[in-house]
Amino acid sequence: MPDIRPNRLSREEIASNFSDLHPPLSRSEALVEADRCYFCFDAPCTTACPTGIDIPGFIQKIRSGNLRGSAHTILSENIMGGMCARVCPTEVLCEDACVRNSHEEKPVEIGLLQRYATDPVLDDTMQLFSRAAASGRRVAVVGGGPAGLSCAHRLAALGHTVTLFDRDMKLGGLNEYGIAAYKTVDDFAQREVEYILSIGGIEVRNGVTLGEDISVTQLRDEYDSVFLGVGLSGVNWLGIEGEELPGVENAVEYIADLRQASDKGDLPVGRRVVVIGGGMTAIDVAVQSKRLGAEQVDIVYRRGIDQMGASDFEKNLAKTSGVTIHPLARPLKILGPGHASGVLFERTALDDNGSIADTGETFTLDADVVFKAIGQQLRDGVLDDGSIKMKSGKIVVDGNQSTSLAGVWAGGDCVLGGDDLTVTAVQHGKVAAIAIDRYLRTREEGYG
Amino acid sequence: MADLASEFLGIRSPNPFWLASAPPTDKAYNVNRAFEAGWGGAVWKTLGEDPPIVNVSGPRYSAIHSNDRRVIGFNNIELITDRPLRTNLDEIRQIKRDWPDRALVVSVMFPMNEQVWAKYVPMIEDTGADGIELNFGCPHGMSERGMGSAVGQVPEYIRMATEWAKAAASVPVIVKLTPNVANILPPAKAAKDGGADAVSLINTINSIMRVDYDTLTMYPTTDGMGTHGGYCGEAVKPIALNMVAEIARTAETKDLPISGIGGISDWRDAVDFLALGASNVQVCTAAMVYGFKIIDDLTDGLGNFLDDKGMSSVQGLVGRAVPSVTDWQYLNLNYVEKAVIDQDLCIKCGRCHIVCEDTSHQAITHTVNGQRRFEVIDEECVGCNLCVSVCPIDDCITMRRLSDGYDPRTGQRISDEKADWTTHPNNPMRKPS
Repeated sequence: MPDIRPNRLSREEIASNFSDLHPPLSRSEALVEADRCYFCFDAPCTTACPTGIDIPGFIQKIRSGNLRGSAHTILSENIMGGMCARVCPTEVLCEDACVRNSHEEKPVEIGLLQRYATDPVLDDTMQLFSRAAASGRRVAVVGGGPAGLSCAHRLAALGHTVTLFDRDMKLGGLNEYGIAAYKTVDDFAQREVEYILSIGGIEVRNGVTLGEDISVTQLRDEYDSVFLGVGLSGVNWLGIEGEELPGVENAVEYIADLRQASDKGDLPVGRRVVVIGGGMTAIDVAVQSKRLGAEQVDIVYRRGIDQMGASDFEKNLAKTSGVTIHPLARPLKILGPGHASGVLFERTALDDNGSIADTGETFTLDADVVFKAIGQQLRDGVLDDGSIKMKSGKIVVDGNQSTSLAGVWAGGDCVLGGDDLTVTAVQHGKVAAIAIDRYLRTREEGYG
Repeated sequence: MADLASEFLGIRSPNPFWLASAPPTDKAYNVNRAFEAGWGGAVWKTLGEDPPIVNVSGPRYSAIHSNDRRVIGFNNIELITDRPLRTNLDEIRQIKRDWPDRALVVSVMFPMNEQVWAKYVPMIEDTGADGIELNFGCPHGMSERGMGSAVGQVPEYIRMATEWAKAAASVPVIVKLTPNVANILPPAKAAKDGGADAVSLINTINSIMRVDYDTLTMYPTTDGMGTHGGYCGEAVKPIALNMVAEIARTAETKDLPISGIGGISDWRDAVDFLALGASNVQVCTAAMVYGFKIIDDLTDGLGNFLDDKGMSSVQGLVGRAVPSVTDWQYLNLNYVEKAVIDQDLCIKCGRCHIVCEDTSHQAITHTVNGQRRFEVIDEECVGCNLCVSVCPIDDCITMRRLSDGYDPRTGQRISDEKADWTTHPNNPMRKPS
C-alpha cells in the first residue's frame, strides 16, 4: 500500500519549514551591505542582469536613504524587481559578476538589497509610475505571467490600453503557481500583481484560454497588436511503462496545489518520493516534499550534476534539506502494480560529445509518489494560426520579441531562447512593449 | 619593547597618552577609571570661577556616522565644569595623591581680569597638580562670555592672560589653542611671548552638524533651538596635524613644546602627531566613543611600532617628519611620477577610470583589445594620485618615479636637478637663478 497522507508534520513545523528562505534585511544590515558596493564604472552586475537594472545606482540610493528613488531605479527596468529579488538565481547573474568575488569571494548581497528597496513600495502601494497621454491604441496581452504583466505595465505606462487575458483565476503565472512557497511568502505574488495593475489602463479577463475561448486570428482583428506570453503549460511525457499509474504526478501541478493550499499540512505527501528531472522544478518539488514531511526524497537526473539546470545554490538547498541527488540515471519503468511503488533506473554515462550512453546497469528506488519534472512544452492547439514560425516547439522571435506574424510579439518561456527565469520573461515583456509602442506610433495611419 | 615613558615640561607619565580636558576628566570617578585602564595622564576638565556655570539638560553631543554607525566626527556644546570649584580641587588633590606616577594637569578658563587669575591659579597649584593648561579654545558658549576661543582668536589677549597665569604659577603653563583662526602661528607666537611653557592643540572646530530632515531645524536642538558646537573626532585630524606642523617648522615657534590633540583614535594617529612635532598627545573623542580600554592599543601599538623602527623611546620619533614639510613653492617641479596599476590585484571595478575620465586627466583606459581592462596612459598621466586614493584595493595602484628618459606627457627630458617655482620662468616673482 502506498504511504501517502497529509499532516506528516505539526502545524508549527510546517510553518517553520515554509517561512521566508532569505529573511529581509533590517535597515542597519542594508546600510552596511550597501556600503560594500564599490559603485563600479560600467558595472558588471548591471551587464549581468537580464533586465539591465542600474544596480550601483539603486544601491547608492539605499546608502543615502533615498529608498523611493532606489525602488524607481529598479522597477523602471524591471517592474517585478520585488519578485526577482526573491527568486533570481543571483549567484549566476548579478552577484556572480560582482567584482568583490575577485578578491574576497563574497559579493554584495544585491538580491537582498533589491528586496530592501522594493518592499516598502509594495507594502504601501506607493505609485512610482504614471501613464503617458492616451494613445487610443489597444493591445491584447495573452498570459498574466511575468512576461505578460511586464509587457502590459510598460504598454499602459506608454499610454496604450491593454486587455490582459489569462486562463487562470489569478494572475501571476508561475510567480503565483510555480515558485516554491518559501521563496515568496505572504502572498507576495498577488500583491505584486496588484501593484502592477494599479497603474491603470489594464483590463483583466481571467479564465480565458487561448486556443479555446479566443484565437490569435481573432485578437489580431480586434486589437492594434498582440503580445503572447502564454508560457509552457503542457507537460512533457517520459514515454515509459507505468507512467499512467496512480501516484505518478506532474511536479508543476503539485507545486501549484501547494502554493494554493490554504493549509499546507492538508496536502497529501508520500513517505518516499522520487523526482525525475534536474531543473529548478525538480528541486522545488523535492525540497517542498521534504519540508512537508516526506522521509526519503530522491532526485534522479540522466546527466551529470554539472549539467543540471538548477543552480548550485538550488542544488545545495536540496542537499541541506535532506534530498538525495542521483545523477547519471534514466528511468526505464515505473513499477506497480496498481499504484506506483518504485522506479527502475538504468545508470547512464556521458560520451565525449556529452550524449547519454547506456551502461546496462540498473537499480530500483522505492517510491510512494513519483514526480515528473522533465520540462514543459507549449500546449497543443494554443496557436491556431500556423503562420507563426516555430522551432523546437517554441515560438521564434527576433531581438524585439517580434514573431514572424506581423503585429504579434511574444516573450517568456514560450519563445525560443527563453531560459525559465522570471527576470528574462520580464525583460521580454518590456522589450516587446517598447517595440509595440514604436510600431503603433509609426504605422502608416499614424495618429494624433 | 621600547620605553614609552614620557616627560613633557618635566612632567613625567608612563606613556605619552593623556586624556584631554573634556567630559572624561570631569571628576575623580572617571579619572580613576582612566588611570586604572593605563592612561599616562589627564588634563582635568576646565575649571572656572565660582559659582559654576550650568549646562543644558538636553543633547550636548551629536555625531557624523558611517553607514555602520562608526563615529567619524563628533560635536559638543558642553561648557566647562558645572561643579563647585572646591569639589574639583579636593578631587584633584586626592587623585594626584593616589596616582603620583601619572601626569595630572588642570585646565582653567577665566575672564580677562588679572585679579581673577591671581586669585585662582594659586588655589589650583595648591592641589599638587603637575601643570596648568589655559583653555583659549572652546568655540561655544564660553566664547560668548569673552572666554575660550574669544581669547584664543586674539593674540594680544593670549599673551596677556598667559602672562597673568605665569605670574601666579610655579608649575608649567600650557596654552591650548583654538583652530578657529586663519593662521595658527600668531596665537602660538603670542603664547610664547606671554611665557607659555608649551602649547596644546587643537581645541574643537566651530560647527553645526546637520539639519533634522523632518522638522527642517538644525540638529540637535534644545527645545527647538540649537547652537554651534565644537567639532572633533577623526575627521579633524588632518587640520590639527597641519597646525602642529606649522608651529614645529616655523623658526619663531619651533622651540615651543607641543601637546598634540585632534582625532587621535589609534596608535598610528599618535605617530602622525609625534612625527610632525608633538612631544605627547591628548585624546578625548575616541575614549568617548569606545571607553578607556582603547589605551591598550594606543600603548601596545606605539611600542611595537617603535620596536619595528628600532627606536628605544618615543623621543626618537618626535619631529621626525617635520623636515619633510615645506611650502608649495619649494616642491621639485622636475620630479615626475606615473600611476601603475597591478593587473593581478585589479578587480576591475573601474573607479580609477571613471574618476580620471570625469574629473581629471583622461589617463586610464576602460577597454584594451576589446577586454575590460584599466591601464594608465602615461602620455596623459600627471601623477596626481587620485586613482591611488579611490582604488578600493590596497597597493593595487602605486606611483612610480620616472628616473630617466622623457616624460611621455610633456616630452621633457627627466632631470635629476631640482627646480622649483621660485626660479620657474612662469613665475613673475622668480628669484634670479
